[in-house]
Amino acid sequence: MAAGRGGGVIARGEANVPPIIELASVRKTFASPAGTMEALADISLQVDAGEFVSIIGPSGCGKSTLLRIVGDLVEPSAGTVQVNGKSPRQARLDRDYGIVFQTPVLYEWRTVLENVRLPLEVTGRPRAERESRPPALLRLVGLESFRDHRPSQLSGGMQQRVSIARALALRPAILLMDEPFGALDEMTRERLNQELLAVASETNATVMFVTHSIPEAVFMSSRVVVMSPRPGRIERIVRVDLPPERDEKTRALPRFFELVTTVRQSLRADANPGPRDPR
Amino acid sequence: MKARGLRALGVAVAIAVLWEGAKTLFAIPAWKLPHLHEIAGDFVRRTGTDQLYLWVIAQNAGVTALESLIGFALGSAVGLVLAIALSHSRVLERGLLPYVVASQTVPILAIAPMIVVWLGTTWFSKAVIAAYLTFFPVTINMLRGLRAVDADALALMHALAATRAQVLVKLRLPASLPYLFTALRLSATASVIGAIVGELPVGSRYGMGVVIINAAQYYNWRPANLWSAMLVSALIGIVFYHLVAVVERRVVSWQPAAAAA
Ligand SMILES: Nc1ncnc2c1ncn2[C@@H]1O[C@H](COP(=O)(O)OP(=O)(O)OP(=O)(O)O)[C@@H](O)[C@H]1O
Ligand SMILES: [Mg+2]
Repeated sequence: MAAGRGGGVIARGEANVPPIIELASVRKTFASPAGTMEALADISLQVDAGEFVSIIGPSGCGKSTLLRIVGDLVEPSAGTVQVNGKSPRQARLDRDYGIVFQTPVLYEWRTVLENVRLPLEVTGRPRAERESRPPALLRLVGLESFRDHRPSQLSGGMQQRVSIARALALRPAILLMDEPFGALDEMTRERLNQELLAVASETNATVMFVTHSIPEAVFMSSRVVVMSPRPGRIERIVRVDLPPERDEKTRALPRFFELVTTVRQSLRADANPGPRDPR
Repeated sequence: MKARGLRALGVAVAIAVLWEGAKTLFAIPAWKLPHLHEIAGDFVRRTGTDQLYLWVIAQNAGVTALESLIGFALGSAVGLVLAIALSHSRVLERGLLPYVVASQTVPILAIAPMIVVWLGTTWFSKAVIAAYLTFFPVTINMLRGLRAVDADALALMHALAATRAQVLVKLRLPASLPYLFTALRLSATASVIGAIVGELPVGSRYGMGVVIINAAQYYNWRPANLWSAMLVSALIGIVFYHLVAVVERRVVSWQPAAAAA
């Protein structure tokens, strides 16, 4: 499964291929009893096929909302969205994307294995695939020995790994990942960073990846989208001009540190990243 | 398990001491409160047809238990279907729920004779009355359970482009099982009451309702008889309740708290 365990290859945008995800002047306002709240203001972003784009920004700046708009789980208030050359709704119906939510969202009445199998059941995949794929996916995230456990018997980080395996079940063209490694220790996180890159390059997946970790964003991405809060807008897009082959050595490159600093300064530029919501 | 048995025994002994103590202390006459041994003795007396009374009452209890069980199953099924239907349409809920609620404000004592007249004095009419009391908690609780599904759990189904039927079977129903069992426990005891009430109108020949009516008529003369009938009726309900709890522990195994709730 994990072809290049050493790392993954980051695709570069190709000029003549249309972007796989395209947001144009997207706005989102939430209505609440206290009045309307502008969560996203004028977001325009293009993601090329095979790209790994990280989104980073202070808590509450609308990262999750942005991801949900791409996934057709939230309606934009204005602007246009195209996913895989279609409306987000059609892309969702075609199961063009897999999603990892900010919380694991596992079904507690299902075992770990059964949770990973859920997408294959819902889409009515052949029996052979329903039986062979979930164990392989669990092996990928290092949880094969927990296949018959209940989600409640797993730590938060392990639960999130299960949800990553579930998101990969249908080999989607697009992966929408909302802080998938937020609850992991540094070592596991770095290992899974590389695993994810390997899987993404192997399956040619495009990844939209929300994170709060600047080094993680730089390490993983072809571009880092830095957002500013209230209302959420794109502060800056940092192109990561590191060699496309990412591995242990990448983290030691001087350019890596420069880019980390650049992203950090862009984040500071507008507001101090507030403390994370305890969600 | 052993500790629980001891605790139950302790409570029983305490009640016995209070019972007999109060009787002596306040000189309560037998027609108000018989001695415990008189109630126990009632079970081992011989009836007019020279049968052991314990055997007679056990047969009647069996009839009532069977009627309750059928009514319980019937009512639960109706409640479940109704809840699923109502949960799928706000219009249906707004139109139908008031009548569902109203059905429970009508005294069962008034309804029961009508149902018996309509359906005849068979086990079926009693099961229907039991079902009448059973479906309501199931409907209300399941409706809540089906609606109380976590927003992200639903978003996941949405992201997978699941059909409504899939959302129901793979998410809403399993997620609301704890709600269902809370309702089933209420229904288990209510179904016994329903069956007994169904046996009260004239024409019935077997069941705890008949036993109670007879015992009530001769209460002044033989008070222990009504107490023993009461005890056995309660026992049916208690057994039902615990059966549901046992099934719940096996089915809702992922949620240890459910058993305690
Ligand atoms: N369903 C909703 N209804 C009302 N307001 C919402 C809703 N979802 C999000 N918001 C608001 O939109 C803003 C952005 O929320 P969002 O969850 O996208 O932030 P985020 O960048 O993902 O934050 P975090 O890093 O803490 O996860 C917040 O102020 C939030 O209160
Ligand atoms: Mg978020």
